[in-house]
Amino acid sequence: MAVASPPAAGTKVMTYAEALNLALREEMRRDPTVFVMGEDVAIWGGGGVFGVTKGLVEEFGPERIRDTPLTEAVIAGAAVGAAATGTRPVAEIMYVDFMTLTMEPIVNQAAKMRYMFGGKITLPLVMRAQEGAGRGNAAQHSQSLEAWFAHIPGLKVVVPSTPADAKGLLKTAIRDDNPVIFLEHKVLYFTKGEVPLDEEYTIPFGVADVKREGTDVTVVGIHTQVLEALQAAEELEKEGISVEVIDPRTVSPLDVDTIVTSVKKTGRLVVSHQAVEQGGVGGEIVARVVDAAFDYLDAPPQRVCGKNVPLPYAASLEREALPYKDDIIAAIRRII
Amino acid sequence: MAALTREQMLHMFRSMAQIRAFEYRAYELYREGVMRGTTHAYVGEEAIAVGVCSALNQDDTITSTHRGHGHCIAKGGDVNMMMAELLGKESGYSHGKGGSMHIADIDKGILGANGIVGGGMAIATGAALSAKYLNNGKVSVCFFGDGALNQGILAESMNLAAVWKLPVIFVCENNQFAMSARVQVMTSVEDLALRSIGFGIPGVNVDGMDVLAVFRATSEAVERARAGQGPTFIVATTYRFLGHHVGDPLNYRTKEETDVWREKDAIEKLRSYMLDNGVASEDEIAEIEKDVQGKVDVAANAAKAAVEPDPKILMDDIYK
Repeated sequence: MAVASPPAAGTKVMTYAEALNLALREEMRRDPTVFVMGEDVAIWGGGGVFGVTKGLVEEFGPERIRDTPLTEAVIAGAAVGAAATGTRPVAEIMYVDFMTLTMEPIVNQAAKMRYMFGGKITLPLVMRAQEGAGRGNAAQHSQSLEAWFAHIPGLKVVVPSTPADAKGLLKTAIRDDNPVIFLEHKVLYFTKGEVPLDEEYTIPFGVADVKREGTDVTVVGIHTQVLEALQAAEELEKEGISVEVIDPRTVSPLDVDTIVTSVKKTGRLVVSHQAVEQGGVGGEIVARVVDAAFDYLDAPPQRVCGKNVPLPYAASLEREALPYKDDIIAAIRRII
Repeated sequence: MAALTREQMLHMFRSMAQIRAFEYRAYELYREGVMRGTTHAYVGEEAIAVGVCSALNQDDTITSTHRGHGHCIAKGGDVNMMMAELLGKESGYSHGKGGSMHIADIDKGILGANGIVGGGMAIATGAALSAKYLNNGKVSVCFFGDGALNQGILAESMNLAAVWKLPVIFVCENNQFAMSARVQVMTSVEDLALRSIGFGIPGVNVDGMDVLAVFRATSEAVERARAGQGPTFIVATTYRFLGHHVGDPLNYRTKEETDVWREKDAIEKLRSYMLDNGVASEDEIAEIEKDVQGKVDVAANAAKAAVEPDPKILMDDIYK
């Protein structure tokens, strides 16, 4: 998070939202079969509620940046049909909460078509949505649902935490021949970082990133929790506790190897995500680590996740429902 | 629309007869216990699949339903690979991974039968979207039943297709029943085509027991679609001669009612038309019937003898 220092050659400091915009722009220039559709992606505010598609309609026109009716199921379903017949749609669902309305085409159709049809179809489909809490959007606009999609064989699920990752992973998603659920985080849209300007900068799926090296405890974070974990690591460093922070970047496929290697070194594991703890990806990560590295664990793995509650509106209640840096620090203290 | 040639008519007859022979054999295979899951026969409804697909080019696309064998055969699907798929064999369309409800042949524009009621509507709309986007002149057809008429996704699909003037044709096969539910009880209007009014697209009623009528109605819709005038909603009225699936108790309708519809059999109707108008002789027709039956026998025997898929392929094809 070297925001203050000058950018390295070939990079530019920009926000997470701008990095996504750049990825879309580059891929649409590169491949004329890529198009974007979704609610308010063209006109509203010049391109989307969070500005991710800002300026794209000016460059690519309304055929390629298509404002749709507010009808999520057909956005997803039509994207499936379009992907099956020669184009590469990037469909946006404004809030992941509305993806509950798209589960039929995504879960029953997109995820299964290639398998059911004996491998004789490709489905180069990207479904983008933003998830997460922290802005007082309350219960129907704040959920984190990555575990829903990670549970379905046939879907790839991406959860970038930094602007650079956002760019590299979105480009990979658009080039992928399979359905990809690309989940952004509403709080991260305004965070800044250095982003490579190289148009071939892509990040492979299933490769976790060690955001900070350490020796005493491994913290796996998703989305905002990567930033919270990095802050926790800095604070604990003053006490001589060395924290390794890992961002899986994709939860399906999940890079178990990198996490297990880290735990074998540190002997301790903390997993943190905003999504509710019950049935979350954190449980899966803990299970995989216990399976592969039980003998290396010096303490029970800890989960630092959203409480099992619909997200409340009031700031004090929302804060109470979500995991922050101090919760990660407390979890680390419990096992060190 | 040009008049139908003799060859086109003979092809229609052959295709309908092929579907019927295939479906009766599928039922037998199910009863013999060599077929798993379930199977939904298209017997009685053949004129719709054949009438519609006869108005399409090979590279036009269709989405189908759980009662999808007829659509696949009418669109040029291979009966040997279909039968092998029904029996879950390696030589089947999907190497036994799909079964009766998931037959697809992308090269022939068959974007899949579908186990979800209404599951193909948005997909067909999306195929039309990419056809328009790529400007390749293709038309897409969505087959669905009267049960799916009440699925919310139809409203979303019709609206999107209408506002974007997509080349898609929504074909409702009103076979009178959604499992045991009568269409009159489950649908708020008697004239199902009225549903199109709210979307500003043409709604056309057609006799689903008359393949020539279905062909004409579809040809007009295809013309509209290719001319950039957008979607059409066709309601073809028909009747499911057999049950919902092989295990249907059929306690919700009478034999007398079924007999009335069997009198309207579309295959008999076309046979009579061709004989009365000198299109084909009794011998030619008998030859076609013998031929399609032979193809089904070959397909069924080959499917029975075929090997099961190797368990090693279980995890293949989840991703490319």
